[in-house]
Amino acid sequence: MISKDEILHVATLANLKLQDNEVDSFVSQLDKIVGMESKLSSVDTTGIEPTYNMGDTNSVFREDKGVRTQTREQMLENVPETDNNLIKVPTIVDKEDDE
Amino acid sequence: MDIKKETIASLHEKLANKEVTAEELADQAITKINANEKKLNTFITVNDKAPEAAKKIDDEGIKGPLSGIPIAFKDNIVTNGIKTTAASKILYNFMPVYSATVLEKLEAAGAIDIGKTNLDEFAMGSSTETSFFGTTVNPWDFSRVPGGSSGGSAAAVAAGEVVAALGTDTGGSIRQPAAFNGVFGIKPTYGRVSRWGIIAFSSSMDQVGVLSKRVEDSAAVLSVMAGHDEHDSTSSEKEVPDYRANLNKDMHGVKIAVPKEFWHEGTHPEVLKSVNEALDAYKKMGATVEEVSLPTLKHAVEVYYVLASSEASSNLQRYDGVRYGFRADDVKNIKDLFVKSRSEGFGDEVKRRIMLGTFALSAGAYDAYFKKAAQVRTIFINELTKVLNDYDLIMGPSTTTPAFKIGEKVDDPLAMYMNDILTIPANLAGLPAASVPAGLADGMPVGLQIIGKPFAEQEVFNAAYALQEENKFYEKVPTALKGED
Amino acid sequence: MNFETTIGLEVHVELKTNSKMYSPTPVAYGAESNINTNVIDFGFPGTLPTVNKNGYRLGVMVALALNAEIEKHTHFDRKNYFYPDNPKAYQITQQDKPLGHDGYIEIEVDGKKKKIGVEELHVEEDAGKNTHGNNGYSYVDLNRQGTPLIEIVSKPDMHSPEEAYQYLENLRKIVQFTGASDVKMEEGSMRVDTNISISPVGSDTYGTKVELKNLNSFNHVKLGLAYEEKRQAAILKQGGTIGQETRRFDEKTGETFLMRVKSGADDYRYFPEPDLPDYDISPEWIAEIKANLPETASVRRAHYINELGIPEYDAGVLTDTKEMSDFFDEAVEYDANPKLVSNWLMGEVNAYLNDKRIGLLETKLTPEHLAKMINLISNGTISSKIAKKVFQETISNGTEPEEWVKSKGLVQESDPAVLEPIILDILDNNQQSIDDFKNGKDRAVGFLVGQIMKQTHGQANPKVVNKILMTELKSR
Repeated sequence: MISKDEILHVATLANLKLQDNEVDSFVSQLDKIVGMESKLSSVDTTGIEPTYNMGDTNSVFREDKGVRTQTREQMLENVPETDNNLIKVPTIVDKEDDE
Repeated sequence: MDIKKETIASLHEKLANKEVTAEELADQAITKINANEKKLNTFITVNDKAPEAAKKIDDEGIKGPLSGIPIAFKDNIVTNGIKTTAASKILYNFMPVYSATVLEKLEAAGAIDIGKTNLDEFAMGSSTETSFFGTTVNPWDFSRVPGGSSGGSAAAVAAGEVVAALGTDTGGSIRQPAAFNGVFGIKPTYGRVSRWGIIAFSSSMDQVGVLSKRVEDSAAVLSVMAGHDEHDSTSSEKEVPDYRANLNKDMHGVKIAVPKEFWHEGTHPEVLKSVNEALDAYKKMGATVEEVSLPTLKHAVEVYYVLASSEASSNLQRYDGVRYGFRADDVKNIKDLFVKSRSEGFGDEVKRRIMLGTFALSAGAYDAYFKKAAQVRTIFINELTKVLNDYDLIMGPSTTTPAFKIGEKVDDPLAMYMNDILTIPANLAGLPAASVPAGLADGMPVGLQIIGKPFAEQEVFNAAYALQEENKFYEKVPTALKGED
Repeated sequence: MNFETTIGLEVHVELKTNSKMYSPTPVAYGAESNINTNVIDFGFPGTLPTVNKNGYRLGVMVALALNAEIEKHTHFDRKNYFYPDNPKAYQITQQDKPLGHDGYIEIEVDGKKKKIGVEELHVEEDAGKNTHGNNGYSYVDLNRQGTPLIEIVSKPDMHSPEEAYQYLENLRKIVQFTGASDVKMEEGSMRVDTNISISPVGSDTYGTKVELKNLNSFNHVKLGLAYEEKRQAAILKQGGTIGQETRRFDEKTGETFLMRVKSGADDYRYFPEPDLPDYDISPEWIAEIKANLPETASVRRAHYINELGIPEYDAGVLTDTKEMSDFFDEAVEYDANPKLVSNWLMGEVNAYLNDKRIGLLETKLTPEHLAKMINLISNGTISSKIAKKVFQETISNGTEPEEWVKSKGLVQESDPAVLEPIILDILDNNQQSIDDFKNGKDRAVGFLVGQIMKQTHGQANPKVVNKILMTELKSR
């Protein structure tokens, strides 16, 4: 149902790396689960609208008022490393998308 | 004072009459939790500041029904200034700077946050075994799981540590542990309670609810914490009734539907027996009980695991080691930081769900999995709606078996997932649903599940209350704790 | 072999709102690092988005101004990708049902009018900003995170860099006149991504698309596209193939450089945002937004020409930017003569702006002050010579002209009863000049006026002085 290569690709998309010794068990477990999920294909869904969100609300908007709910100090409290009120991270290799 | 014998109302009376102070209640709760902790492991963090907060309530005077009452919060409910971990290494040190709306509302009503209860990591599990902080055990039998993911909350209530605890329910995470621990637990209608400050698992299914020994206590708590919240655009504007004041055990004319598919082949015979006895009791009370069919139930687990995992895969992407929580050491660059922090920070079950969800949303799989499941969800919702057009309530077992042994299913995710078949329907359709103790199987508690129409929490409470007053299960003391106190 | 160029543009425009698109944090350009952030902007566990009504309204406004259809039933979607400036690791956008679609922008190149299609427009949130140190670290500022954006996706209807340039110019102007955005490339409130491909003339398939980035002005867009046209043609002529790639425009050399080769489509795993409900955009709301759409530049221009009598060229300059046009309108509302306001804006004001290299709103000049100053000239209170002084003072220091003129004693003296004795006195003391005048030396008049001005500290109304002086000279 799902191959080892696919699972490794999915792990890459999810920014997860499986240890060599856990790959096989992940592959066999996920294969079983995806196999179970594949039974959905037997349901005729022609013309059925999907349900993506729940609740009884619709078109809920917020008025455009600028409100500060936290201070910068609060926001930076949990940051592992800061420098000059900036969040410090190891170098970004793929800098291409930065404006 | 034995909290197990108290209700919120009886405690309120004692507080109002000054037979006890809120500070004493908080102290007692903490003492009891600490005494139990080594064997039960119900809490991740005990709130040391609770007695101080309680003293303030004492000083200001006891006011509303929850004033001075200690309540426990599942540790995926964000609490300002109290570590909130979702039982994950990736948030092991996370100190929130804001609070969930449910906590703010309860605290505004004078309730005391006594601490944060254990759960399956990110609420993904049915046994509390996936917690980074170790498994909680079942107060009825220490070799068994308390269920999950709200296992800590359920066990804390069963053990008499608190009268009420908050849980969250995405696929049965309140009802299943309630059933396993012999307590009442309710998952309200989707949108009834704000999700602001609830660490997201599956946004279209997560809902906060309450667990308590007695139905009336959950009713009291839910009335306070429910209602519209401008922070949560999916929270309903509907008015919130006073559920406790309106409790009514008269079951005359109530129409109960029992889906034949709920009588699952693997269901434990003593579970069936307890549930049948409960249904007979309702008949005697004047309700009608009729069999109905939910043919698409057989696909509910499939739909649930596709959709919940897909939403979870996206909801859990924010845990990247950049702004809070666990950050891996020895990283060369940002990509390395993401991968190492996530791979070391998440446990296996969470990784499995992230991968399942990422797969279901990925380019080649979206239509066959994510969209397909969302369509089958519609079909299933329509089936349930049709039944609820003709009946007031849907009933059945909450679980197919009583609490299983620790370690029994932890290596078999699929078997674990199948546990949820009876509780998932209410989440897929956003319906209010509760589990109320119905008897014992192999000496372990059994829950009856009661599902209502959207926003018909009152009818769910009423039916549960009627059974509670009939079987008085709350008088039972969890086996493994007998002889204590 | 001759080639045909196909260009498509994706333009991001920051919407002018008080708060962010999905969080109530204030929006401000150039604020201190991480000051404008809250738990939503940081993607804290348990936070949820709420949709900024004004942000959506401005989006609809832009869509209507671009002649687009408004989607009546829509929802938001998540676009999933990991990046340090993207805290939730998903961006909330509208992939499935964008708020507007099938619009167009009219352009004119070489005297030929043409409609360029707008495929769709949608609202979304901006990312934060990363900066890079040389020390192995990068730094994240989340102030910009969540700023409302509208993305405007053109159809591949443009066939030359000049057409792309005109499209951008007109798009900028249209959006600017709605007031929905400042559309400033230099502040990043307008950003342009381009796709260009070329194929042999007559071919019925497009060539391989190349994406161009780092285009910081419309001129760079034009230059970059022109370079690409040539580069791609040269490769094809030599029998080569164009790679599907992203290239970077280098403003120093005017060339483009390979940034990365695109390896298949990125997998953003779009899906409907479950934290938000569905949105029904009511026809009443759309009608209300439409009814309140600010006048476009061309409507204003026609108004200036036809009703205010401004020359065509001048009207064009006045409506080049919304700030200039708004300034003009306001000054005219303060009862200043439109023609004079226009002359001042096009003359002295523009010269000042060019000299100082600043924008109109960066000066201290207000429409009210300009109007007052013009009226002081019109009613003879000050001379146009004094006016230049007043102008410098009010544009540099924001001084109120009327009071300043009074306090500095710069009011022009026009009363003959005051001026006549002074003039007579000067004539009495300058018999030589009178003789010179009689002998036809007109220079003498200049000298006499100079003396009078000196005596009156330059405040004598020259017209009145001239009249009295000439009458008196002729009578002597």
